[in-house]
Amino acid sequence: MKDLNVVIAGSAGEGIQTIGEILSHTLCRQGYSVFAWQEYESRIRGGQNSYSIRVGEEPNNAPLLSADILLALNEGAAKKYEGLLKEEGVLISQNKGTDGMIAIPFDEIAKEEVGGGIYANTVAVGALINVLGVDLETLNAVLERTFSEKGEEVLKANYKAAEKGFERAERDCGDRCPWTLPPRDTRHAFISGNEAIPIAAAYAGCRFISAYPMTPSTGIITALAKAQERFGVFAEQAEDEIAAINMALGAGYGGARAMTATSGGGFALMVEGISLAGMTETPLVIVLGQRPGPATGLPTRTAQGDLLFAINAGHGEFPKMVLAASDPKDAFQKTVRAFNMADKYQIPVILLTDQLLADAHYSFRDFENFDNPVYHLADPSQIEEYKRYQLSPDGISPRLYPGQSGHLVCVDSDEHDEEGHITEDLSGIVQAMVEKRLAKFQKLRSEVNPPEEVYSEDVEFILVGWGSSRPAILEGIELLKQEDIRAGMIHFTELWPLPEYHFPEGVALWTVENNATGQLARLLRSEFGLSFEGTLHRYDGLPLTGEYIRSQIHAQHRNV
Amino acid sequence: MPSIETYNSNAENQWCPGCPNFGILQAVKKAFVDLDKKPDQICLVSGIGQAAKLPHYLRCNLFNGLHGRAIPVASGIQVANPNLTTLVVTGDGDCYGEGGNHFIHAIRRNPNITVMVHNNEIYALTKGQASPTTPLGEKRSLQVKGVDIEPLNMPMIAITNNCTFVARGFARKIDHLKTILVEAVKHPGLSYVDVIQPCITWGTRPVAWYEERVQELGEDHDSGDKKAALEKALITDDTIPIGILYRTEPRSAFAHRYRSEVTEGPLAEMPAMEADQLKDILSRYIP
Ligand code: SF4
Repeated sequence: MKDLNVVIAGSAGEGIQTIGEILSHTLCRQGYSVFAWQEYESRIRGGQNSYSIRVGEEPNNAPLLSADILLALNEGAAKKYEGLLKEEGVLISQNKGTDGMIAIPFDEIAKEEVGGGIYANTVAVGALINVLGVDLETLNAVLERTFSEKGEEVLKANYKAAEKGFERAERDCGDRCPWTLPPRDTRHAFISGNEAIPIAAAYAGCRFISAYPMTPSTGIITALAKAQERFGVFAEQAEDEIAAINMALGAGYGGARAMTATSGGGFALMVEGISLAGMTETPLVIVLGQRPGPATGLPTRTAQGDLLFAINAGHGEFPKMVLAASDPKDAFQKTVRAFNMADKYQIPVILLTDQLLADAHYSFRDFENFDNPVYHLADPSQIEEYKRYQLSPDGISPRLYPGQSGHLVCVDSDEHDEEGHITEDLSGIVQAMVEKRLAKFQKLRSEVNPPEEVYSEDVEFILVGWGSSRPAILEGIELLKQEDIRAGMIHFTELWPLPEYHFPEGVALWTVENNATGQLARLLRSEFGLSFEGTLHRYDGLPLTGEYIRSQIHAQHRNV
Repeated sequence: MPSIETYNSNAENQWCPGCPNFGILQAVKKAFVDLDKKPDQICLVSGIGQAAKLPHYLRCNLFNGLHGRAIPVASGIQVANPNLTTLVVTGDGDCYGEGGNHFIHAIRRNPNITVMVHNNEIYALTKGQASPTTPLGEKRSLQVKGVDIEPLNMPMIAITNNCTFVARGFARKIDHLKTILVEAVKHPGLSYVDVIQPCITWGTRPVAWYEERVQELGEDHDSGDKKAALEKALITDDTIPIGILYRTEPRSAFAHRYRSEVTEGPLAEMPAMEADQLKDILSRYIP
């Protein structure tokens, strides 16, 4: 089957998320792969937002623009999103209106036939289930899972609401809704970046998070705070991002794997702390959930605008690592890797995500087989005289934590000697300490993974991307292939240090980025001396999609 | 039993000869002797400034971080390893200026640490600009026509916000300061000691000016009485009351609930998540 796209649109507070989640879970349970993403305004009520659900047999975790089915909860939503509908698509609306739409008064049905307006959302899901040709039983199983905690009565009312919606759609849609999604045997994991990262952190041995709430990273500290006992992670809401990173550094020095999470504006405040982590050689993981800037930008939208900022964050010269996850499974893996590498090299590791990756739910056949946490703390009993910054060929000194043993652990933000005491011995230890820190960078570089290569010899050009745009680039390549345009992909998820890597010669390179200035292009130009045939950007706050990439290639590069 | 020598560090001291900071250093060492703390049980945390160098002059664990940021660092250390005796050593510029926000939130958060502020009413390390406690009218390189903003009285702020241990010491009364520090360290939750430390290089007034005005609180001061404490926290041109200004029932300390429900000990010693547990958690994401 071809993937279907169902878009649910409505004002904030009308429940599009509830409808979206229940429908997504039902489709997953039916054995399909689902990719669900939201775009919403920065407000609590009102506005017009959408929740898109892409359904298919195999995971295709990129947003689709055009809609097969649009469910509008109000007239404004219908107007705003109608343009997305495919020619043969169907608009289902709460209100009567334009020709050709199917009007189902969810609210009225809920009030008159179920017993309360609050069941309108379930009426809507019932209708959608019918339109998609899925059994009511599958939906009921999801309703049970969702509402059983609220008591028998609420659950029963939801069953009834679903049934009423289902029946009404059955009656009104007729042959205008040809879709059918019979049950399948496969079961996919359905998970978002902000759900994967906290679990990965706990699994990686993280014991401490301090953060200041900021979209789109807030979900990470929320999840860890909720699961405090189960995960064993202490979570604190700091007074600001400066406190957040310094608290995390204190915990890291104190022997606990520690992290913080923020977005661009908060990250800006953390920069002095990143430099402190570099100087004191304290392991720290920082999740930077990107959204469009500068300043407050578009708080609830997506972007890949902080790559160079992350790479350059912190004054002075010191090693750090920057990773950018491509999807929640990769985010899980990268989170574990971030903790391992921070610990091994005693450096800050920045994990880049963005609003799309943070909030969207992706499907995976197998969400398993992750790296194990690896610990690098030294064994105090093996050390006679402890020096926190002992010089070594690879720059890595044995790390102990205070109170672990009789050894004293002294760290300093000033330049220091091997024991961690302030020094201004310019002709002696100062230079050696600079070199020691930078030596770690060399070793670290040898451990960086090369980019993913997806291309054959006969490609006309290669799209070079990074982070969360991977599924969209792959889809773009697929769409171009249908037009006999052969494109390939080189995709980076480990961006600093850049790996030793040889780009293929004699083939045009394009970068594809969710930003306006082509930050990856700039980075690769300066590090590899590459030149790019073109750069393909999106910077309107919305994610890259396969369709967008395809259309941009057409617009900019007609002769391909 | 430790002695003063137990805490001697061989780091070279960078304070001006005769600086009252030496008295504070002595008082800290004496307090640790009295408290019977081994160097590896102590963790001193500081930011930037003359006071912030103190941890280097004491043999102990230390984290010398950024200007104003010692309190968040110490709070993190306390959660990670509650067995450590954690002290923040800071100055008025460091703690009341750059780090004022963190200090106020530390009063709310109430970590089990001691915050000792060397209050010399001046920025000494950057050569004598006004600090948040410099008296009105003082002419300084940046305050060309004299300080015309009101100095902060942080002990009063701490008392009104129910910091449960607030004291003031004087760098020249070493044994008195020592006694305060011993009580401060023993106090669960945040204990705060403001130490009058006249800077002999950039200071606003001679040491003798302070010596004439310092007045130890007598037996009759009821430190549990908030109103009386506030009265004593006030510094006038005639008197500078020193001693434990305010001490009341400790509140539940930062991370107390976590420690009682999850672990009492260092976070570094907690067991790792089992593969089975991970599997179980992930299985919830298959609808
Ligand atoms: S400048 Fe003042 S505070 Fe600093 S060491 Fe000298 S006397 Fe002490």
